Amino acid sequence: MFTGFFFKLREKGVPVTITEWLSFVEALYRGLFKSSLNHLYYVGRAFLVKSEAYYDMFDLAFQEYFGGVKTEDIELEKVLKWLDDPRNKLPALSPEEIEEFRRKMEELQKSVNMEELLRQFRERLAEQKERHDGGNKWIGTGGRSPFGAFGYHPGGIRVGGESWMQSAVKVAGERKYRNYRNDLILDVRQIKLALKRLRELKREGAEELDLEGTVDKTAKEGGEIELVYTRSRENSIRLILIMDAGGSMLPYTELCERLFSAASQMEHFKEFRHYYFHNCIYQDVFEDIANYKRVPTEKLFINFHGGYKVIIVGDARMAYSELFDINGCIDYFYTNDKPGIEWLKRIREHFPYSVWLNPTPKTFWNHVTVNAIRQIFPMFELTLDGLKEAVSALTSKSKQIAN
Amino acid sequence: MANEYRGSSKYIASRELMEIVNVAIALGKPLLIKGEPGTGKTLLAHSIAEALNKRLIVWNIKSTTKAKDGLYVYDTVQRLNDARFGDKDISDIRQYIKLGKLGQAFLSEEQVVLLIDEIDKADIEFPNDLLHELDEMSFYIPELNEEIKAKHRPIVVITSNAEKELPDAFLRRCIFHYIEFPSPEMMEEIVKVHFPDIEERLIREAIKKFYWIREVDGLKKKPSTSELLDWIKALSIGGIDPEKISKGIPFLGTLLKNEQDTQRLERFIMNQQGSYGMRRRFI
Repeated sequence: MFTGFFFKLREKGVPVTITEWLSFVEALYRGLFKSSLNHLYYVGRAFLVKSEAYYDMFDLAFQEYFGGVKTEDIELEKVLKWLDDPRNKLPALSPEEIEEFRRKMEELQKSVNMEELLRQFRERLAEQKERHDGGNKWIGTGGRSPFGAFGYHPGGIRVGGESWMQSAVKVAGERKYRNYRNDLILDVRQIKLALKRLRELKREGAEELDLEGTVDKTAKEGGEIELVYTRSRENSIRLILIMDAGGSMLPYTELCERLFSAASQMEHFKEFRHYYFHNCIYQDVFEDIANYKRVPTEKLFINFHGGYKVIIVGDARMAYSELFDINGCIDYFYTNDKPGIEWLKRIREHFPYSVWLNPTPKTFWNHVTVNAIRQIFPMFELTLDGLKEAVSALTSKSKQIAN
Repeated sequence: MANEYRGSSKYIASRELMEIVNVAIALGKPLLIKGEPGTGKTLLAHSIAEALNKRLIVWNIKSTTKAKDGLYVYDTVQRLNDARFGDKDISDIRQYIKLGKLGQAFLSEEQVVLLIDEIDKADIEFPNDLLHELDEMSFYIPELNEEIKAKHRPIVVITSNAEKELPDAFLRRCIFHYIEFPSPEMMEEIVKVHFPDIEERLIREAIKKFYWIREVDGLKKKPSTSELLDWIKALSIGGIDPEKISKGIPFLGTLLKNEQDTQRLERFIMNQQGSYGMRRRFI
């Protein structure tokens, strides 16, 4: 009964398991649902959804399957659907065209009024009744209207799809929207929750009475009370956080700040250190990026043993030379006699428990430097799920191999 | 159904919550309740016990609580002490086994309501250690070579403030409900249950102001139901005219317990009044 609903839920991303589904079905068979849709909705939700973060997805699945409950926020969803498979993808642009495009874009960025654009977008969304491809007015794919996806208007609002040239003034598209729906925008508390899993308990804390030991010892001594003490368990994790403060990370500043404040606020770790770098790591990392207060990377290897866990945060996206060339650093005043990739490899060698968190979505990772770095470090998205995976990779007993 | 939960005199439950409670009771599954502080998570268990006329056993979870504490404690130290200094017969281990809350609930002669309060306070692994016990409603005491089995499956209510995440395996076995913050209409009902005699206009004005304060951005701790109830009580005892509530906030201390929040609200009011506030200060 309703098996389709089970798959609909999974499709919408609600993590329903078979156990949960079976107890739901059992309740159905035992007649615990009065035959009303409302009842099925509320009680079914109690069986199938175990976090309020998934309530919204449950609503959507329920709506689609039973068609009963109506919600208003479906507009953007509809638009995304239109844009889902562009009928006419654009041909690749020649370098001259890209150059012209870039010039035009800069011009437009100066002249375009964001608010006006958004207003028009809403207006047109209200007017538009169907899918639209090509052309220069309606929201659709492959056209020159400022709204839509895969199009040529340099200063427009992109709706869904991938940004090819990062040209959209505002990404009103899929990624952001989906994140919001899934509650995957990380707040400090969520990050703290995820980081709490990062622990290794060791008997290093204060002294306390070891009851079992005492009983054991006393019994062996033939009833003569013998007190045994032991040290209480304490988290022995030492964490180093190394963050990219480069220009391409600007859109993710807030996200990284949240990660940083979560990690530093937690009195959970035995030791917590943090450093910055600019696009790629060379012979120095920075304690304070604003003042360029340097610490030789070599020092990290001397001061911190291999048991430290290392989290590197960065988009891993840079020019080819920045990663592979001597003196490839983006800063003109900085020279490096070893290419960045060497340093990354050395970090990985010294700190086998290390991961790379990437704030850009996985679909953007197909880039030469990202791929090269993924060969060295296991890379995860900086989302709630990604963070959880990263934490479990950091704590797994065996030394993991980069994926 | 005699065993049907319909809310109780002191507790207003939403329709869906009642249904969910009933299904959980019928299936004998633990009910996991999450929600903002002050939405009445803990009270729900009290209310179920009251409405169904059953005994309530409360197990308050602390950061040091271990799963085993809920089952039984073998007081070895006492036994050791008796063996050494006492003249008691210590051969009967039974007298040193003390049942925990879960054990008491299992061995009760009639069905009880067991409240496991704030389960997220304990260690991350804590819920996992209870999986078997909650599933089978039984546990084993090796010292006595005895199996303790529930005579009647207790109605288990578990509350969580979401301070830590709960393990998936545990969640799978529970029925889950998130109590939303009550709507103003529902809040009015809740207040009336607690103070049937207070003037309606006062209640309405107070609730209006209360939701307005909750909307203010960046409060560290938003006032919750219990604060509202305290506030209304204070207003009523102080004989405050409802007119005054719409203009200012008397007894603000009962709503906001935090110095920073108070300042924040004052700043917010200043900004809203804008030039008028300025003028008033200068005249």
